[in-house]
Amino acid sequence: MAADSELLAIAGLDNLELGGALQPRGPGRAAKSIWAATWPKLLAVAIVLILWQLVVATGWKSYVLKGPTVVFPTLWGLMHHRLLWQAVGITLRRAVLGYALAMVIGSVVGAFVARIPPLRAGVGSIITGLQVMPSIVWFPFAIILFGITTPAILFVMVLGAAPSIANGLITGVDYTPPLLLKAGRTMGLRGYNLYRYLILPASLPAYVAGMKQGWAFAFRGLMAGELLVLIIGQPSIGVLENTYQDLDFFAGATSILIVILIIGIAVDTLFTAADRAVRRRRGLLEAGRVG
Amino acid sequence: MSMSSGRSTPPDSGPGASAFPGLTIVADRAAEQAPAAVRLTDVSKVYGQGRGALLALDKVSLSVAAGEFVCIIGASGCGKSTLLSLVAGLDPATSGQIDTAGLKVSLMFQEPALFPWLTAARNVELALRARGVPKAQRRAQTQELLETVHLGGFGDKRPHELSGGMRQRVAMARALAQDADVLLMDEPFGALDAMTRDLLHEELERICAERTMTVLFVTHNVREAARLGDRVVILSSRPGRVIEEYDVPKGGDRGEDSHEVAELAATMTGRLRQEMRRHGS
Repeated sequence: MAADSELLAIAGLDNLELGGALQPRGPGRAAKSIWAATWPKLLAVAIVLILWQLVVATGWKSYVLKGPTVVFPTLWGLMHHRLLWQAVGITLRRAVLGYALAMVIGSVVGAFVARIPPLRAGVGSIITGLQVMPSIVWFPFAIILFGITTPAILFVMVLGAAPSIANGLITGVDYTPPLLLKAGRTMGLRGYNLYRYLILPASLPAYVAGMKQGWAFAFRGLMAGELLVLIIGQPSIGVLENTYQDLDFFAGATSILIVILIIGIAVDTLFTAADRAVRRRRGLLEAGRVG
Repeated sequence: MSMSSGRSTPPDSGPGASAFPGLTIVADRAAEQAPAAVRLTDVSKVYGQGRGALLALDKVSLSVAAGEFVCIIGASGCGKSTLLSLVAGLDPATSGQIDTAGLKVSLMFQEPALFPWLTAARNVELALRARGVPKAQRRAQTQELLETVHLGGFGDKRPHELSGGMRQRVAMARALAQDADVLLMDEPFGALDAMTRDLLHEELERICAERTMTVLFVTHNVREAARLGDRVVILSSRPGRVIEEYDVPKGGDRGEDSHEVAELAATMTGRLRQEMRRHGS
């Protein structure tokens, strides 16, 4: 292999530093790492189920609190009806739409605020202020502005998520290492090119962290919205939750909670994977690994 | 002493001048060999204002001929890095003139300063792109540059997958990709072990010979300066001033452990010590 002969040509003491970094990774290693990531989660689920069953076994509020042995068959039953899937579909469609809007608005605002000092002074603190405001307080306002409609829910989602996304981008731009900026400038990167090839990629880890946080706020806004803004003819997850509670169908309501949890975890897994991919490419994961 | 024809600046530059009798002023020496690639005339740099102002460089004059390899040494805080920043145009000088004769200048740092999200090849390619090299040619040129620094097989590795010496090689390839006439190097091998540094010295020498580049190389390692430079300039500390220049004779064994290099290094170390004593440190 060419690399081997080259290693000889460039061998210095610091080659010891390379360690196993140039070793290929086999499929066995991949399986091992998947298992290592999975078993703590399985264990956590098992512990939660056991605790849940224990609480139910005490008979506390047994009218409302249904155990896993009742809830999971109920959920299974609900999964055989179109209604649940329709509701999941509507909720996810809103999630995607609201989050996409928040991404566009947050990114554009973030990019401008990061680069224009007067904007930074004025708008920067407003963004941080918005970020700490619970999205639910916007609902009365949203309902007056948009009525009992999907746009009212999207409005609240955007207000919740966009500040986090903007802040993530601003933080990333601020923390671009000065040495890299110096290197970029000596290389002749200016204006748009400096932004496109240096500042944006350098900001990516903080930007992704902001997106992840933004998703959490968007999802909260969405769930709150679906519980408050009940739109006739649009059975969403929130509507189902509300309806089952009103009907005293608590096994069903608990099932919906599990559906919400699963959606939340699934999306979080995507973000975590993206975050890890970004950090692995930059060698930021290796430092935390021992041995 | 015989192998060094270093010459001192005027006597008012400190008691050091009398320690080297027979040495003459060098300021216009490079001018004899015109054309100068880099010429600094009375360059000063002040950081901050008012009481907190710090004079980093004090009327530094220096001329580097095209194709010359000049090393600058001095204790830390003598404004070596500031000097390179000024020449690279990253920072404006407070007073004085810097003339790079319209030549292209590139700068290498002590840290490789590679972009961690790009592979070694992409890092080099970005410099080509910034220079406006058409896409069709970039790939081949990148590979060629990586081969120049003996990293032809490592183009797809990311910086964190390479050793310190390899990263510095990529940084060198990137600097070469800028097709600069003047290469400014700010302690580029300072963080490497002696063996790796030695290899990179040979490499740098080979590359410079192939490309007739003008190099301004900052270091605090006296032996490294004696090993690499055609000329060595000593800067004083706080503020930085040129206090001594030495010509390094060509030819013969110029390994870092060779007699010639060791002797010149000893002379320069003596001069540096003297300067430090003057500062009472």
